[in-house]
Amino acid sequence: MTQRLRRLAYLDDSPNLSAPERQLSLVAGARVGDYFALLKPRVMSLVVFTAIVGMFLAPGHIHPVIGAISILCIAVGAGASGALNMWYDADIDAVMSRTLNRPIPSGRVERNDALALGLVLSGFSVILLGLAANWLAAGLLAFTIFFYAVIYTVWLKRSTPQNIVIGGAAGAFPPMIGWACVTGGIDISSALLFLIIFLWTPPHFWALALYKQGDYGAARIPMMPNVKGERHTKVEIVVYSVLLVASTLAPLATGLAGWPYGTVAAITGAWFLVLAGQLFRADGIEMKKLGRKLFIYSSSYLFVIFLALVLDHTLRLVGGP
Amino acid sequence: MTPVDVDRNDLILKRRRQRSIALALVLVAFVLIVYVLTFVKMGMYHTL
Repeated sequence: MTQRLRRLAYLDDSPNLSAPERQLSLVAGARVGDYFALLKPRVMSLVVFTAIVGMFLAPGHIHPVIGAISILCIAVGAGASGALNMWYDADIDAVMSRTLNRPIPSGRVERNDALALGLVLSGFSVILLGLAANWLAAGLLAFTIFFYAVIYTVWLKRSTPQNIVIGGAAGAFPPMIGWACVTGGIDISSALLFLIIFLWTPPHFWALALYKQGDYGAARIPMMPNVKGERHTKVEIVVYSVLLVASTLAPLATGLAGWPYGTVAAITGAWFLVLAGQLFRADGIEMKKLGRKLFIYSSSYLFVIFLALVLDHTLRLVGGP
Repeated sequence: MTPVDVDRNDLILKRRRQRSIALALVLVAFVLIVYVLTFVKMGMYHTL
């Protein structure tokens, strides 16, 4: 049981409270940490990381203070969209084991407080980014928040099994925003960074959906396994995994990265395909285990790919290969 | 008022105080950021 709770908890954004602690929380209202949990700090950290990579890879220079403020704005903007997501999804969050301990379903934060926080932080982050960096970057951030909060959360999430495919664009924008902060524009290389995250999203979340089908079914979210079945989902995971690995090799063709990155991308990509293939052949409990394995691996995979891009670029800057 | 009610009131006041301090710190940080941003931008424009 403890192990099961730990398994559930590792995906959760909010602290796990004991029964007496929760009782006190309900009586005394929200802690500061509960408002912070509304901002989905884990998602925020990935957004910040990919935005910094976009900023680092972009040609040109940015004043360190402007760069730091821009990153702060992107982080706050991502947090704001997380708060808006939790405001709208409070009903289904209360049904799923993965999310029932979040601040709103657990009763620690009022729904309207989350809405107010999300709206205020959205406005704050977009305006400040416009003033600090440029209005193209601010426009992209505004569009990202709108896309995640409205297009994905309100519209797609509950209406189509393609929800995370289209909605995944929201998570793919941050490196493009970071790039735009430096250059004031968009080009093929920043679009490539977008494409990598965009293609990474479906296999990552469908792997999760394969072993959390019960949760999504109870919440009536039309995730791919619940609507089209496991077989179809596994085929789509393989297809998107192939496209993803191909897209991670594209920076070699465009000159964004060299062979050090290419080596890392090839090895980690090959292992991604092996796991996707194993998942494709598995059924029952084995499939759930491999779904979880692919979900965890894909989280590290994206981090490693972006880190490899940074290291490769650093080697070039210091006159390496 | 029972001792339990007193404890609850203390807890509520403590939480409220913490939230107020956090909000004040965020506002101070915002003001500082805008100040720093203004100085940096001014510096950049002067060098152009």
